[in-house]
Amino acid sequence: MTDQATDGFVPTQSKSKGASAGGALGLGKKDLRLFLLVVAMCAFAPFILNPFPEGSGLAQFNAGYPDLMQRFVIFGIFAIGFNILFGLTGYLSFGHAAFLGVGSYAGIWMMKLLTLNVIPAIIGSIVVAGLFAAIVGFISLRRSGIYFSILTLAFAMMSFALAYSVLTPLTGGETGMQLQYFDPRILDAPLPEGQTPRASLFGLEMAASYELEVGRWLFTFNAGYYIAAIAMLIAFYGSIRLFNSPFGMMLRAVKSNQNRLSYTGISPKPYTLAAFIISGMYAGLAGGLLVAMDTQVGAERMFWTASGEVVLMTILGGAGTLIGPVLGAGFIKYFENIVSKINKSVLEGWFAWMPDWMTDVTVTIIYPFVGKGWHLTLGILFMAVVIFLPGGLVQGGQKLATVLRRDRKSKDAERDAAIQRQAGE
Amino acid sequence: MDAIILQILNGLDKGSAYALIALGLTLIFGTLGVVNFAHGALFMLGAFCAVTFSRLLQVSYTFTDASRTDFLGNPLQVEVPYLYDILGESAGAAVIDWAVPISILFAIPVMLLIGVIMERGLIKHFYKRPHADQILVTFGLAIVLQEIIKYFYGANPIPTPAPDAFIGSFDFGAMIGFDAGSIVYPYWRMVYFGFAAIIIGAVFAFLRFTTFGMVVRAGMADRETVTLLGIDIDRRFTIMFGIAAAVAGLAGVMYTPINSPNYHMGMDFLVLSFVVVVVGGMGSLPGAVLAGFLLGIIEAFASMPEVLDVLPGINQIIIYLVAIIVLLTRPRGLMGRKGVMED
Amino acid sequence: MSFTKPTRRGVIKSGAVMGAAGLATPTFFTSAANAYTNAPGNDTVTLGFNVPQSGPYADEGTDELRAFELAVEHLNGEGDGGMMNTFSSQVLEGNGILGRKVEFVTGDTQTKSDAARASARSMIERDGAIMVSGGSSSGVAVAVQALCQEAGVIFMAGLTHANDTTGKDKKANGFRHFFNSYMSGAALAPILAQQYGTDRNAYYLTADYNWGYTTEEAITSATEAVGWNTVNTVKTPLTQTDFSSYIAPVLQSDADVLVLVHYGGNMVNSLTNAVQFGLRERQANGKNFEIVVPLYSELMARGAGENIGGILGSQNWDWKLENQLGERYSGTNAFVQSFGTKYGFPPSQAAHTCYVQTLLYADAVARAGDFNPCAVVEALEGFEFDGLGNGPTTYRADDHQCFKDVVVVRGKENPENEFDLVEIVEVTPTEQVTYAPDHPQFAGGSLGECNPGA
Repeated sequence: MTDQATDGFVPTQSKSKGASAGGALGLGKKDLRLFLLVVAMCAFAPFILNPFPEGSGLAQFNAGYPDLMQRFVIFGIFAIGFNILFGLTGYLSFGHAAFLGVGSYAGIWMMKLLTLNVIPAIIGSIVVAGLFAAIVGFISLRRSGIYFSILTLAFAMMSFALAYSVLTPLTGGETGMQLQYFDPRILDAPLPEGQTPRASLFGLEMAASYELEVGRWLFTFNAGYYIAAIAMLIAFYGSIRLFNSPFGMMLRAVKSNQNRLSYTGISPKPYTLAAFIISGMYAGLAGGLLVAMDTQVGAERMFWTASGEVVLMTILGGAGTLIGPVLGAGFIKYFENIVSKINKSVLEGWFAWMPDWMTDVTVTIIYPFVGKGWHLTLGILFMAVVIFLPGGLVQGGQKLATVLRRDRKSKDAERDAAIQRQAGE
Repeated sequence: MDAIILQILNGLDKGSAYALIALGLTLIFGTLGVVNFAHGALFMLGAFCAVTFSRLLQVSYTFTDASRTDFLGNPLQVEVPYLYDILGESAGAAVIDWAVPISILFAIPVMLLIGVIMERGLIKHFYKRPHADQILVTFGLAIVLQEIIKYFYGANPIPTPAPDAFIGSFDFGAMIGFDAGSIVYPYWRMVYFGFAAIIIGAVFAFLRFTTFGMVVRAGMADRETVTLLGIDIDRRFTIMFGIAAAVAGLAGVMYTPINSPNYHMGMDFLVLSFVVVVVGGMGSLPGAVLAGFLLGIIEAFASMPEVLDVLPGINQIIIYLVAIIVLLTRPRGLMGRKGVMED
Repeated sequence: MSFTKPTRRGVIKSGAVMGAAGLATPTFFTSAANAYTNAPGNDTVTLGFNVPQSGPYADEGTDELRAFELAVEHLNGEGDGGMMNTFSSQVLEGNGILGRKVEFVTGDTQTKSDAARASARSMIERDGAIMVSGGSSSGVAVAVQALCQEAGVIFMAGLTHANDTTGKDKKANGFRHFFNSYMSGAALAPILAQQYGTDRNAYYLTADYNWGYTTEEAITSATEAVGWNTVNTVKTPLTQTDFSSYIAPVLQSDADVLVLVHYGGNMVNSLTNAVQFGLRERQANGKNFEIVVPLYSELMARGAGENIGGILGSQNWDWKLENQLGERYSGTNAFVQSFGTKYGFPPSQAAHTCYVQTLLYADAVARAGDFNPCAVVEALEGFEFDGLGNGPTTYRADDHQCFKDVVVVRGKENPENEFDLVEIVEVTPTEQVTYAPDHPQFAGGSLGECNPGA
């Protein structure tokens, strides 16, 4: 990707991060710290997400079960990939879910035709999503701004509509695509009749879990989660390197002033297209992992609301920051899966210690915001975050850190990026 | 031939709905430069103005009729609207029958107010923020608005019929020499078309022929200069936002007899209205209207059985396909202005 | 809708109760000591109710949830016992299931197969649910049924009407009480012939997804068998809201019947639009033009308002069955009584099927004397029962589909209130809607073997 012109561009911005001294893995000191923090969080997620003892009223808030932990890291990958395009180049794709969906379909077909091993499925997902992104990107990037957004949206909506209806033989349509014991799977020995096919990694089933009981606490360590988490760490590492690379600088240049770039004799198109394809491959990876963890694909994952969701995740967390999209993804998935499950009898359980009339009043006040009202809470929080924390959750974290430390020097990579982002707009 | 005439009518009718929604959106989006994801919610709120108004008219007292029983065998509670007592039964029933058209009078001030409050309280602070932030805040607002409606009205569609006088359809065919019954068109849909034409005309006339409109247009083109001339452009933009909300709301009010409103209808129209505005070209009011009618007519033709026999599934994607073709052949949509929302 | 029972605190799932119950250890796919997934402790058992709580079917989901809560109440021996009193199997004692108090968790399917599976997985993995029930569409039912098969828990389908659920996508751990597309066709065709004659030209507007395909196939083949002619079948997108451009070509065709194979918002809108175009007053081929809606639902009827007047369709159950057709449908009144007393309006068919499914599950566990899914499957397969509102019913072992009478209804012209929207035209007896397990409309799948998980 680096041509001569790129090299000429680097020095002007190299003050920020870069492969400065004191780091390892080719990361600067601060980036390394961030990366190690994320590694630790991923490794200990089963503990961190399950802070409440089993059976207590607050266990409702525990998120440390395999499905949700997998979703956190997988949608984290999706958002990291989206951020490479949007955070760096400023191109707002409103059809990114299409790549996730196409990747998922490619993955499940690999598992139907080749083998239940997840590796070919994931590779297939990345490749197919990348190819699809190349086509969509090549066409859509002929326009910029809102025109670009609508072009990507149009491609995604066409993908959804076709997958849900006329392509049903290929996609399963409304009921989604699932594995069957009688699928051909040419690399595997045929399954006995009626047995459920399960995704695995060289014999290690994705669903296998080890459970650790500590007093009244129960922690689940799931094979699939750790595989997805490793994929997420690789993706995250890749995104840090990309942000700091000359190529990353080029993309920021595209964002800050495309005209100026053109005047210097550089065509921005190859760079943006490369970013678009990389971003699509990240989405494909996420799609492939979704299939590997839960072997079915529903067409709804390509609907425009799914594309909107990743936009919201990224902005909510902090577009253009490294960790922001991951936080945003976790935030939205947490609400979707945890808050939506708090029903009236759970609330009554929590407030059972109050006098009856007070229980009724409290439950009546809280009930509209949880359970089937979870969307309402999410909407209010979207507004609150964007009003009070213009840099997203990352900025919120920094504010908190600054207050705690009273340390004006706590100006790390994230904050830089947040400021840069605001300046860039 | 008669099939084609019918689909043109359908296209015009669909198109008038698209154009009306897109018109409001483009006033905010294409001119004030705010990406308003809550526009669909404004359309939905308009529809629920009609629902609320007709419910208000039907506020009832109950009395127990011991001679009849309800489904559990208890004495039946009979509800009688107060309106029957005030106006007499026949006049009261007539007013309730005409609830949808009358609710326009109710919806205009309500929607203007909602628009102004939205602009003053929220959107104003986002003019200078990145589009991404505008998306997040207006999307959040849209969710909040629709959840509030869901809380009070449920998720099920609520039938809101047109007045009895407009039920049924008009036989065009007989009038222009075709067989009777071959080209019929529902009265209310014709009313909708006429209504849309009036609203669109009024908005254009307002912007073109009044001083207010002239200043707003100048403000769109060059906000700073207008401010330097000592004109309070902010106040005018607030009013424009209110008008846009009212246009969306009225589109919603009149739409209720065509399709029963539900809390979700705004989201269903949101994506489509963005496509219409962008295909029309950013910053162009005539573009939005033209794109609305164009897409409406093309969609109508794509759903004809003869077309579907040749290209199965084309009805699923036609709008998006047309959008892609238009945007690739005309860089700024049909009538877009240079430099608006291009970066 | 507030409860005001003095004993409420005892009912509530509070920290103390669960603490005493010890660790309800959710085990999912693990090779733990248990013989099956999520084996309950000695005090409580957890069921998962997965219903749409957001999106267009949210109201139907709410109604299902009401029925589930009522069923749990009755199982735990509270309330008036509802259909437990009329149920032909009398092993349930009102002390929970096998002496374990029934608790439940809820989730939001959003009517999306992905979200429904995520929600069901959290119930199984986190909350230790041993049975999952609910849902309001076939896409969700098929997706969650497959998940339950993998996880080794029982799936008691809620409202799902497509043939696939117990056809090509059937699973050993999944059971459907609701009727299906084939049964709608078989039940409707003779009534249609009797009401509208055998010489009819039908035009179909079909929702362009799986449920639409199977229902269209079922209705066309059943009506063609009684002599009707299929003029055209046109697919309409799920996201369509205005159907005018699909209705208009009907006017040009020589059709005299319009069949709307739509559900939910699509059905409300397409029917409203069809009536706007004057199809109900139309004359074609010297006959009155007629509209048919194969699958009726009370909530949709409410959404379509006056437009449903005179329109024929089929239902799984209706709350007026026992009043109008007598003893055979016993259980109906008992259910309507306890539902109506608690919530103030009669239950929908979705609520009914969910309530019945919960009782059937509990009863199967009680008869088997074991929570092991394989024991439950064995107890349910071939189970014949009565007194749950549908008359004598069989859970067929070959495909886990219930066989029972199908109700043919017609929209009322002048409904007395917002809950009394349809009138029962006739009930098609079980024999007429029964088909062979290898019927072509159901071909291609296999139950597989029951999976106890763990």
